[in-house]
Formats: sequence, C-alpha cells, structure tokens
Amino acid sequence: MDASSLLPLPPVTFHILLALAEEDRHGYAIIQDVESRTGGELRLEAGTLYRSIHRMLEQGLIEETRSRPTPELDDERRRYYRITKFGVEVARAEARRLAQLVRLARKSGFAPGNA
Amino acid sequence: MFLYRLLLRLFPASFRAAYGDEMCAVFAARRRSENAAMLWANTIPDLVINAARIQLDVLRQDLPWALRSLRRAPRFAITVVAVAALGIGAGTAAFTLLDHVLLRPLPFLDPDRVVLLYQTDLARGYARFELSPANFADWQAASTTFESSGAYGSTRINLTGEGDPMRLNMAAFTSGVFQTLGVEPFAGRVLDTADDRVDAPDVAVVGFGLASALFGDPARALGRTLNLNDRVRTVVGVMPPEFSFPSREVALWVPYRFTPAELSNRRDFRLAGIARLRPGASIDQARAEAESIATRLQREYPDDNRGLGATVVEMRAALTSPQSRVLVLAVFGAALCVILTACGNLATLLFVRVMMRKQETAVRVALGAGRERLVRLLLTESVVLAGIGGTIGVVLAVAGTPLLARLVPDALPVADLPGADLRVLAFATMLTLMTSIAFGVGPALRSYGRLDVNALRSRSATDSRTSRARAAFVVAQVCGTVTLLVCTGLLLEAMQRVESVDPGFRSERVLTLRTELPFPKYGSIEARREFYSSVLDRARALPGVVQASYTSFLPMVFGGGIFSATTAGDPGEIAVSIRFVTPDYFATLGIPLLDGRDVADRDDASAPLAAVISQSLASRLWPGQNAIGRQLDVEVVGRGWTVVGVVGDVTVRGLERSSEPQMYFPFQQQQDLNFYAPKDLAIRTSGDPLTLIPVVREIIRETDPQQVISDVRLLDDVVAAQTGSRRAQLSVLGIFASVAFLLAAVGVHGLLSYAVSTRTKEVGVRLALGARRQDVLRMFLGQALKLGIAGAAVAVPLAYAAGRAMEPILFGVGPGNLVIYAAAVALALAMAIVGSLVPAARAARVQPAVTVRNE
Repeated sequence: MDASSLLPLPPVTFHILLALAEEDRHGYAIIQDVESRTGGELRLEAGTLYRSIHRMLEQGLIEETRSRPTPELDDERRRYYRITKFGVEVARAEARRLAQLVRLARKSGFAPGNA
Repeated sequence: MFLYRLLLRLFPASFRAAYGDEMCAVFAARRRSENAAMLWANTIPDLVINAARIQLDVLRQDLPWALRSLRRAPRFAITVVAVAALGIGAGTAAFTLLDHVLLRPLPFLDPDRVVLLYQTDLARGYARFELSPANFADWQAASTTFESSGAYGSTRINLTGEGDPMRLNMAAFTSGVFQTLGVEPFAGRVLDTADDRVDAPDVAVVGFGLASALFGDPARALGRTLNLNDRVRTVVGVMPPEFSFPSREVALWVPYRFTPAELSNRRDFRLAGIARLRPGASIDQARAEAESIATRLQREYPDDNRGLGATVVEMRAALTSPQSRVLVLAVFGAALCVILTACGNLATLLFVRVMMRKQETAVRVALGAGRERLVRLLLTESVVLAGIGGTIGVVLAVAGTPLLARLVPDALPVADLPGADLRVLAFATMLTLMTSIAFGVGPALRSYGRLDVNALRSRSATDSRTSRARAAFVVAQVCGTVTLLVCTGLLLEAMQRVESVDPGFRSERVLTLRTELPFPKYGSIEARREFYSSVLDRARALPGVVQASYTSFLPMVFGGGIFSATTAGDPGEIAVSIRFVTPDYFATLGIPLLDGRDVADRDDASAPLAAVISQSLASRLWPGQNAIGRQLDVEVVGRGWTVVGVVGDVTVRGLERSSEPQMYFPFQQQQDLNFYAPKDLAIRTSGDPLTLIPVVREIIRETDPQQVISDVRLLDDVVAAQTGSRRAQLSVLGIFASVAFLLAAVGVHGLLSYAVSTRTKEVGVRLALGARRQDVLRMFLGQALKLGIAGAAVAVPLAYAAGRAMEPILFGVGPGNLVIYAAAVALALAMAIVGSLVPAARAARVQPAVTVRNE
C-alpha cells in the first residue's frame, strides 16, 4: 500500500504512531503517553483508542508484538503493539505534510515565526 | 465494572473478543485514579459513539455480500420488498391520517386551552347551536374563567373590481377571536379592539392564498382596497398560509360589529363563540360557569331564553365529530391488520429462506464463520430489503394522500393535505426497522441456535414448534383478512342504506345554481321580484325546460334556518326549517303536493300571509285533521301565517340526519331576514341539464351583468355529495382489504409450498404404497382449508367487535349481518384453496421412484 494514500492521517492515528515510535506499548500506556506528550490536552478514551488500533492493524501501520518486557513489569491481560516499517513511513509522510502546511501558514501570516 | 461490560456488548462480538479485556483493564486503571462521575461522563459517549461507528463499518463491509446474495435470489427479494412496501405503506398512510386528525396540535397558540362555546336546548334535542349577540355579550361580561373570548360567523360575499367577480367565503371576527387564537399575521396586523367599534373604518384581513392570487406578492396586499358586496374595505393584514380558521375555505376576515340594537337581540342565533381558558382554570370550571350564567339568563329573560343552556367544548373535540374519530381509528385499525398480515408473511418468507440456505450456511460454518457473523449477515439482508420496501411504501403512502385527504373532517382547521413530514417518516422508519429486525433476526437466531454442521446439512422434517408457529402466522393473516372484509362489507351496506334513503324530492335532470343577490341593491321585494321574473320567465321558455323556480336554499346544502313555530291551542313550540320560494318550487323539485295549493303570484305583501307546510308538521300539530286554513306564528319570520298547502317532507339536513319539519313562504311576503332571500335556482329539464348551462348564464347576465353566479351543479350531484365521504372511506378500507387479501394468499401459498417441499419424501412413500394422486391433492388442500377455517373462526368474533366499535359510522347497520360474514368467510376459504392449488398440484405430480431414491 502506498503511504500517501492514507494521508491526511486522523490526529488520533498520528498520536498513536508517535507513542509507539520509541518503544512498544500496551493500550493503557499509549493513553498515558499521549496525555503526557500533549500536556493533558488529548485524553484518549478506550473506545476511540481501540477502534483506531483495530483499523491501524488492518492498515498495517502497527502490529501486535510477541516479545514481552520483563516478567515483573508484564501484565498477562495486555497486548503490546509495535509500529511497523510501513507505519514509520506513513508517520514521516504525515509529519512532512504537516510541516509543509505550517510553512504555508507562516507565509500567509497565520503562524508565528519566519517563513 | 459490570455496567462497563454491559455497555461493551454494544460492540460487535469479534471486536469484544479482541479488545474487550484491554478496555476493561484501561477502565479499571482509570477508575482507581479518577473521579467516578467525570469518568462516566467521558466513558459513556465514547463507548456509544465508537460502538456505533464500528457497527457501521461492519455494515458497510457486509453490504456487498448481502446485495450479492440477494441478487442470487431475485424472486425472494422482490417478494419481500413488495410485502414490506405494502405493509409499511398502509401503516404510514393510516398514521398520517391519524396524526393529522387526532394527534397533531392545532395550529394555534397553546391549542389545548382554546374552547368553543355553544348554546344548548336539551329539551328540544339540540346539544349544540349558535349563540345570540345578547347572550354572548352577557356571558362575556360575566365570565371569569376566560382570559380572552370572541364571536365569529361566516358567510359568502362577492368580490368585484379585481378581474372577474369572485364569490368568497368570508368570516367576521370580533377582535377577541384573533386574540384568542394567538396567531401572528404574515404581514400587517390582525383586527384589534378599535376595529370592533361600529364607526371604525371598514377594514379586512386577507388570507395568504387570496393575497397571492390577487396581488402576486402577498405583502403587497397591505393598504389595497377590496370591493366586497359593494362595500370598500382596506386590507390591513395578511395571515400566514397555514391559518385556516374557522374552516379551510375562508379567504378573508372582517370585523364583526354590533349596533346596540343588534346587541340586544337575544333570539338571532348566529354567532359562534371561542375563548381561551385563563391559566389555572379548567374546562370543567368553565363549563360549570357557562351553565350557571345560562341559568341566570333564563331567569332574567324567561321568554327569550327559555330552556337555553350553555356548554363549553374543547376545540378539537368540537371540530371532529365522534364519527370522524371512529373513522380515523377504523382506518388505523385496518392498516394494523395489513401490517400484521405483512409481518406474518415476512416471517414466513425469511424463515423459509433460512431453511433453504442450510447447505450454504453449513459450508460457511465449516469455513469458520461465527454464529454472530451469520446472524449479522442475515440482518444486513433484512435491513436492505426492509429499507427498499419501506421507501417504496412511503412513496405509496404519499401518493395516496389525496384519497386520504377526503377523510379529513371539513371542520378541522388544519392544512388540506396531510403531508408526509418528519413525524410520519420517523414512524415509517421505526416500522421498517422493527419489521426487518424482528423477522430477519428471529428466524436466524432460532435456526442458528446450534451450529452443528451435521444438523444443518440434513434436510430432516423441521422442528414441530416452528412449523406450528408458521401455521399460526398464516391463520393470523387469514383472520386479519376476514376481519377487514367484514368491516368493508359493513361499510358498503351502510353506504347503500344511506343511498336508499328517500330524500323527499326527485333529483334527476335538475340543474341548480346560486345567485346570491347583494344587498342593498336588492333590498326591496320589488327589485327581487323583477330579477326572479326575468330569469324564471326566460328559463321556462327554453326548449327542454319543464319547470324552474327559486328558493332560499336547496335541500341538503344548508342546515340552518331553524325558527320556532307556535299555533293557537298548542302550548308547545316546534322548531321548523323555513324557506322562501317562488311559485312552482315543489313541481320543480318533485316534492309531492299532498293537500291544498302551492304559493302563488298573488301571495304578495297586500295579501294574507300564506304558508305551505310539510306533512310532518301537519301531523304533529293537527293529527288526523285538515291543516288547511290553520294559523301559525313563526318567531322573527312573522305572525298569522295561514296554511294553504301541505307537501311531502324533504331531508333538509341531509340523508343521514333527521330534519326539522319544513315551512315554505312566498318570497313576496318576506320581511327582513335578508339572508334568506331566495338565491338557489332550480331548473327541471326533460333532456340533459348540462347543455343548458351556457344559456342560463346568458339569461342571468342579461338580467344583471354584475350578478355573480356560483355553485353550478346538478341536483343529483348535491345528493351524491351526501355519500361522498362514505365512498372515500370505502375506497380506503377496500384498498386495505384487498392488500390484506393478497398478502394472505401469498402467505398461504408460501406455507404450502414449503410444506410440500419438505414432505416430498413422505409423499413419494405414500404414492409408492398405493395412495392415489387425488388423495395427495386432498391432503394438502385439506391442510390449507383447515388453516382457512381456523383463521375465519378467530376472525368472526374479532370482526363482530370491530363492527360494534364502528357503529357510529354504520348508519344503523348492525354488526351481525350474516350475509356479509358468510361472504367474507367464503372468500377467505376460496383464497386458501386457490393459494394452495399450485403447491398441492406439484405434490400430486411427485414421482415416488425419484424421491425415494434421493433419500
């Protein structure tokens, strides 16, 4: 599948990809990460999160990972997710798209900073 | 936690299986750290919205599958769509009518607080009639339960000066009426208290339709003047299009003004009264107060107000007669029968389909499809089919609204055509969904209960419980059909009974039209005599004209004109219906002259007052004696009328109601009562009356070019109009009955087909063992017959109950008419047999060798 066909990404999808960029996480950890990353502005609810995860799995942006963290930190109920290479590609494409938009906004005087 | 899991069931099972545990974990973790109320406030919308989105996603995935499998079974799909369309169409149409007449709030401010006022005279059998100006004024002054009140009346007037002269319905309102109704004008203003004064300028408020017709843009009507019955009025306001009080025909409103003389008239009952209850006052209080005021007036005016009571009725109840309510409910009941029949059909059809697809389902199960997935696929198919059927049904219902509109009571001040709007569409959608879910999922859940591949693969005899259920459905359909047929038959007989009522005159080949002579132009009897003579002499000279004359009002077009008659030697008063006529009126209408003579030219102002009375009046006052020469006084009309002739009675108030006895007076002896100056022309011809219309118009034009001609029609049509609404009722119910009949036939056919297809082995064995083909035929026909009889048996008491409930509209036809029942049952049984013929014949043609071998 071509990365550009998925653009523009829904914001929730992008945030999930960001959350998985550094490490594999389970669902609740993703929620916490997104919340802290956005300074409390975006609080994902379970329904929204798992619906997105479901779709992202189908689109091949993320995958379930077999490897588990150390047994003490592991919770058997949880499933861990990892970003795929395709997911990285799409995240990068989205980031580029957003940067391009900001550049255009600056040129028109809508965003702070220089063009 | 339990609640969370419960809400999770909103999601598809597969999703739940994959993520349910995690979602619970997240929720549990959250609950430890957050405020419960806030958490739920966020969680519930999240769950509901996302569940809905996911369900929609799955639906979108399933849709191509569903369409494909439906395309592979076109006959099934078309049958289901047709059945659903008929059921939903009938239900939507009936609900539209019900809503329009009974449920929808009347288009006024707070309509539940608006009431209509009436006088009563229970001793003489009048439960409601109009108020007199004096009574209304006294009652308005004394009443404490109303926050506003007003009086109104309507009449017809001529509008001239704007193109061709037009005849319009006009209503006169005191300012209190607009205040009570509380409707804002579209432009300008409504009438206010300043307009009530007798010396105030002549103004008018016009309706949206009239303003548009006359001036294009309704707002441009403001400030224009209109010439109404030779009186110039200035337009001060335009009402919005949906305002139609007191009736849909009223085109404009003028102030109702009373001179002091008029205001003291206690016997001219011509006002309708309307009022708004004060906040906190109940209608019972208002009614009690009205009665006590009436009693007080009886004491104060013992002659004028003798026996006069008063009552207060809620507006909707006042304007919809019990008959129209029964009718609307009957239509709704009929629609329910059709819907139930349709649902029964759908259940059978869908169940059969599930059974037929057992092989295919077994393959899917073997390939790993879960039970929920299969049910979901079936549900998608059902939703698609019901959706298409529902859409067609709504279109059918909308197409049928003109027919339905004829069932809306004339007096109800609502829009002409009940429209299909949001409420109706919501009802139709709900019906559609319920149908599709109930009959799509029901059979699926039952049959997929055990996903045992082997069980699915076998074509063994079906579960006896489900086959009994299916038989019960067919019985229910037959029952519904028979009930509807009986009700239709009863209505048909009622209509025939009404049509067979003798109106008292002969209506064939009589042309009628109305020339309402305006006052003051025709204020003198001389002027009117010249007009009538000119028209009648010339009309009588036309070839083919047998007789011609004028009367105040033709029978059946006006029920008023009731005054009290008294005679010496009889203490009582009799209410009579009065008319002023030209000579030869009775000959023109074919009313038999039983004794004495007709009114004549010599009965003019200088001659003794002469009257012709109807037979019933003569028998009442002078039973067994000669009425000729007796004297009568009639209030307001005159004293000292001598009876010169007796004629047969006519049904003045129409075929279905009882009428007061009639009195006819020579038009030349009319004093005042301008409203009753003869205006209806009747011409009896020997040929086709319609051919005379242009000539008669010409005669009237030559007599007075400014005279407006209206209501040109045959007397036959006047009589036929009496049964017009019954014919509409019959059409609607007849259509419903036919639809139910068709659906039941399809249901019988479907059931028998299925029965035959599952029992081919049994039939083959029987034939191999020596049974004759006609035994097989008889076996299946007998099954159908049993279903028919069972359905008919259940239907008979049901139909009887329905007939009893419909009594108000049956015009005396009792619900226990054997012929109708027998006919309905016979039709149903015939339908059962015909519906089963094809499958039974197929069964009889089974080749035993083939079927036994296939096993």
